[in-house]
Amino acid sequence: MNPVLIELAAQFLLLSMLSIGGANAIIPEIHRRAVDVQHWMTDADFAQLFALSQAAPGPNVLIVSLIGWKVAGVAGGVIAMLAMSGPSSVLAYAVAHAWERFRDAPWRIAVQRGLAPVTVGLILSSGYVLTRAADQSWMAYAITGVTIALALKTSWHPLWFLCVAAILGAAGFV
Amino acid sequence: MTAPQPAVGASALFIGFLKIGLSGFGGVMPFARRMIVEEQRWLTELEFLDVLSLSQFLPGPNIVNVSVIIGRRFHGVIGSVAACTGLMLMPLIIVLALATLYAQFAEFSSVRDAFSGVSASASGLILATALKLARPLKQHPWQVGVCVIAFVGIALFRVPLLWLLAVLCPLSIAIAWWRRPG
Repeated sequence: MNPVLIELAAQFLLLSMLSIGGANAIIPEIHRRAVDVQHWMTDADFAQLFALSQAAPGPNVLIVSLIGWKVAGVAGGVIAMLAMSGPSSVLAYAVAHAWERFRDAPWRIAVQRGLAPVTVGLILSSGYVLTRAADQSWMAYAITGVTIALALKTSWHPLWFLCVAAILGAAGFV
Repeated sequence: MTAPQPAVGASALFIGFLKIGLSGFGGVMPFARRMIVEEQRWLTELEFLDVLSLSQFLPGPNIVNVSVIIGRRFHGVIGSVAACTGLMLMPLIIVLALATLYAQFAEFSSVRDAFSGVSASASGLILATALKLARPLKQHPWQVGVCVIAFVGIALFRVPLLWLLAVLCPLSIAIAWWRRPG
């Protein structure tokens, strides 16, 4: 097998077990590995792949398959997704039954309360890393800021924000 | 307390999660709840919340964990595989097709410029999600502290995730245990 595919699989098999809080929580770690350590792509490439993953229908874990695709084509995309979902799915399958028995156990509540702030910190970090990678002009920062404000204040569908931002970008404002 | 479970076959799981996979952009969890609880009535609201909290607590993509756990509940290993495959199949094909198209048109500067706009907005969406999730932390100041440490470590100092989790998770769970009510 292609050594790049093996490297991809190894990276995402590990990330699968580290992704507490889901795909959005490990974006800084994916960025660190793909851009800083492995030099698979530039900051701008990373930001554009993330934009692409948001503009396609489906779960937010799709960013993983786009990283794989960028590195090793369609096979890379499929391998990265399988590696990212494999170990964690086996674990979920194995513990699902036991979890129901411990519904009100104090340790379960403590674990959930303890992990929640870590998860939020990781997702905030994802937003920070993506903003630094994506925003190269004051207009880009303005778009990020307006998106945050409107997403917090309104219940508009996220696609509207992406569409308007795409139009502004294509018109040369960003 | 166990209500009689509806019989849900592997093909129903596959098709149900296929629809969920195609129903949202940048995350599908709200649509998953609506289909599983309100439309198909596979689970009650409480059962779904229970599955969701486990999926968030475990590593891995949350919605993939939901599909594995619900698939298992109704049809064992085959159910899990059917639900998970249904969930990921079409989004994977679509996003890889889009990526291939994008690669072909990226030489046109207007396409690249459009995506510069989209990526600026997409990072704003993630930050908004994080800020929404951060609101309930204010009730427990120590949780705000843990959140800030995670942010400073990962975002500013770029500490490898494995090290950060190995230190911060046990510490945070210990504080939660020590401050548990009752």
